[in-house]
Amino acid sequence: MTHKETITAAEKVPKNKAFLLWELFKTFFILGGFTIGGGIVMVPLIEKELVKKKGWIKAEEFIDMMALIQSVPGVMTVNSAIIVGYRLAGLSGAMLSVLGGALPSFVVILVIASFFVRFNQYPIIQKFLLGARPGVVALLIYAAISLGKKGIRDKKGILIFVSGLLALYFLNIHPIIVIIVSGFLGYIIYHEGRVK
Amino acid sequence: MKLLVSMFLTFAKIGAFSFGGGYAMIPLMKKEVVSLHGWLTIQEMIDIIAISQMTPGPIAINLATFVGYKIADFPGALAATVGVITPSLIIITVIARFFFKFQNESKMQWVLGGIRPVVVALVAFAALVIGNTALHDVKGYLITAIAFIAVFIFKIHPILVIISSGILGIMLY
Repeated sequence: MTHKETITAAEKVPKNKAFLLWELFKTFFILGGFTIGGGIVMVPLIEKELVKKKGWIKAEEFIDMMALIQSVPGVMTVNSAIIVGYRLAGLSGAMLSVLGGALPSFVVILVIASFFVRFNQYPIIQKFLLGARPGVVALLIYAAISLGKKGIRDKKGILIFVSGLLALYFLNIHPIIVIIVSGFLGYIIYHEGRVK
Repeated sequence: MKLLVSMFLTFAKIGAFSFGGGYAMIPLMKKEVVSLHGWLTIQEMIDIIAISQMTPGPIAINLATFVGYKIADFPGALAATVGVITPSLIIITVIARFFFKFQNESKMQWVLGGIRPVVVALVAFAALVIGNTALHDVKGYLITAIAFIAVFIFKIHPILVIISSGILGIMLY
């Protein structure tokens, strides 16, 4: 099954493994370098590059891949590099894709971090950050609202949201526990909801 | 060496439990990096989130690299960054190998049905916690209000929102 799919999807994929690995590294390096702010922005860019332009992945298969990576934990950018790399060139493909995707941010942050302590002394930078921090709060409020529109669909969802927020804010419960409990709750609640 | 291992494991934990994108991991990172290990102050964490909006790459990677570098130089940056990535690498290659079609999809969907609302709670919580630290005067609230209107009503790109907020900061403070 898996084997057959690999063959049909692989028609346009370069046969030369070294070349393919280099191309994967290069593609994700460029994507990683240009997706500022990270996250979901990456998906349409990968689709354009690997599905439409290069034709290495079929459109339906790409949709399946994206569905899969959204069902597992991890950073979107990282997950998409891993799944694409793995499908096209196995474990080495996954590793080189994720290396390419993460390298630009790694280097940029290393440079910033090595200067940050000195940067931080300048009043102008301090003032910039004093303004940027409330800006971050605004982005978070906006993100909570737009995620809420998609993520909270019914009364059960509202209940989980409210109890999660209370657990985090007032009871100071570790986020990992909150996530695990909510997953269990979801399994129970939505499973029962589907019983015929 | 012990520190590097501890950093790798902490960031692997963060990578393994991040659902719903960068903002939702903020509470987890705050708990582990700020409260438990004291590798960063909450102030520094907010600054890196702000910087993350202006630089390439996801917040998680940026934070891992920054924290790692600050605590243990280049080896630290490497250990923390590889830590964030490793769980994804394992989980995805295992799933893709054994069942690419993801046969347990409906069961996973039930679980995600519960996790999705809590992702919203995590982001709302991040807004509250960061708001507590970042907002301490009227100017701060003003900047938040302007930035919120810019992003919510006028759909201005987050990079521009952060840069303009910073410029407002220079003008107001």
